[in-house]
Amino acid sequence: MLEARKGHTHLDRYRREGIVLFFIRLTAVLALAIMASILLYLLVNGIPALSISFLTEFPRDSMMAGGVLPAIVGTVVLALGALLTAIPLGFGAAIYLAEYAKPGYLVSFIRLGVSNLAGVPSVVFGLFGLSLFVTTFGFGRSILSGSLTLGLLILPTVTAAAEEALRQTPQSFREAALALGASRFQAIRQVVLPAALPGMLTGSILALGRAAGETAPIMFTASAAFTLAMPDSVFREVMALSTHIYNLATNSTHIEETRPQQFGSALVLLVLVLGLSMFAIIIRAKLRRGRKW
Amino acid sequence: MAEDAPIKEKAPPISLAPKLSPTEWGVKAFFLLCAVSALGSMFLIMVFLFMEAGGLFFMSEEGPGVSLTEFFLSLDWYPTYPDPSYGSLALVLGSLSVTMVSIVLATPFGIGLAIYLSSVAGPKVREWLKPAVELLASIPSVILGFVGMVAVAPFMQNVLDLPTGLNVLNASIFLAIMATPTIASLGDDALSAVSQTVKDGSYALGATRWETISRVMLPASLSGLSTAVILGLGRALGETIVVLMVAGGSAQVPHSLFDSVRPLTSTLAAEMGETAIGSPHYHALFALGALLFVLTLGFNLLAFHLARRWGRSSS
Repeated sequence: MLEARKGHTHLDRYRREGIVLFFIRLTAVLALAIMASILLYLLVNGIPALSISFLTEFPRDSMMAGGVLPAIVGTVVLALGALLTAIPLGFGAAIYLAEYAKPGYLVSFIRLGVSNLAGVPSVVFGLFGLSLFVTTFGFGRSILSGSLTLGLLILPTVTAAAEEALRQTPQSFREAALALGASRFQAIRQVVLPAALPGMLTGSILALGRAAGETAPIMFTASAAFTLAMPDSVFREVMALSTHIYNLATNSTHIEETRPQQFGSALVLLVLVLGLSMFAIIIRAKLRRGRKW
Repeated sequence: MAEDAPIKEKAPPISLAPKLSPTEWGVKAFFLLCAVSALGSMFLIMVFLFMEAGGLFFMSEEGPGVSLTEFFLSLDWYPTYPDPSYGSLALVLGSLSVTMVSIVLATPFGIGLAIYLSSVAGPKVREWLKPAVELLASIPSVILGFVGMVAVAPFMQNVLDLPTGLNVLNASIFLAIMATPTIASLGDDALSAVSQTVKDGSYALGATRWETISRVMLPASLSGLSTAVILGLGRALGETIVVLMVAGGSAQVPHSLFDSVRPLTSTLAAEMGETAIGSPHYHALFALGALLFVLTLGFNLLAFHLARRWGRSSS
């Protein structure tokens, strides 16, 4: 009687438990379902558009036929350029934060910078790249401007992943090296870095995928709607898969006629980006499992 | 005897580092320089945004500058008219509408997923689901925008009999898909940081799993969870391509979920390519960029502050 009035019978408690946990499990199912349906939708519509010539030819007939080779090349070049920009700065920053820095104002200031840079909207990076690299430095719309812009965009990701990898290297490694008479930098270069490098590079591959998928930062710093030839210098503008999809789907004169090209490009970009991410995730799991310390 | 004197005193921290030679010092300075580069970029971004934005508000040969009142309070964004007006309010409201709706969708979804990952899933499921969530986060935004445009928009238009499927709701759904992995993985970190002894204590008192989650773990990780939601919010607010492709693009104040809007980000992306460098329109777009920058920076600083408070209280 008392229990019933309070509404705290065992039955109630466990029934509520069951209902709530059902909904929590549902979120996981829903997340997987959303991802699966996006992938399936693109696979079903994209595969018919794919062919060897789609991957190896230039676009023809106002983009309605031919392939997307220059866009694939452009995306790869821009993403690699971004990595080339971000790795020296990001690894250097990570080494400072993990190996040299002592807690204090300077370090929290640096961390504030890194975490806030990570939150800057990608389109703002585009504006910044346009204003600094394209206009002020006079690089024009080019691979160089686009790579530098994307490089700053992924700098926080590269830094955070590299620092994480450095921190997982045991302190005893450093102590052992220093005890043998190594200087600080010798210890880092010959002991800490070789141990941490696989982890640092894995994080960079994730960043590479991110750079390859970005659209807004390269819209006004690097990408061209169409190019007749492959880029032969870093001062050329290039096509990119992301902006190609966007242009065909929204700006072109043949939106309906180029649908197969749009689906094909979307599938190629998705495979490229998810492939890189999956590769990095698998390597990371292997590294974690295989770690001997 | 030897025990009484200096040993009890606090020993100075043992420094592992020998005195730095000039080379070593140079190396350290170089790494410090790298570390400051992120901060430097933030600073440069700010300088360039505000410098270019400033051009809108000052007198130039193109005419008198736009007043701050007009920029912030006018609903009229007609940058290409013969008598142009540069009011950002409709665009800000557009941004806020899609961001708010998306966060309403993404918060329960993301937190639910975080709870599932941290406390409901078995280790085997978790080992698979966590990378899957990470993969969901890595789908390029242009692809989500494309799916929203080509698949969801016509569907929504037909089923709900709307004038257009490119609207607040459609954009919010895809922004929510982008924000959910952020919320879920940061939320999972926060929930997983709750110590096992606290959970054990709750179970020992006879609490069920959900009672432990809702009355012990959620309150204990509240600031971590808020950080997660705020960062998700910041991500949705700054996202560009999805809203550019899916939100419809008319610069109006939305009255319903099915109105088309033009958020700040999509205005920037859509118009920057067609503007002459140095024109008032160009400066006006930078002013929008600066406004967006300040808004997202505010969210990030708030998240940073909460995360630090959380870090202190749990350690």
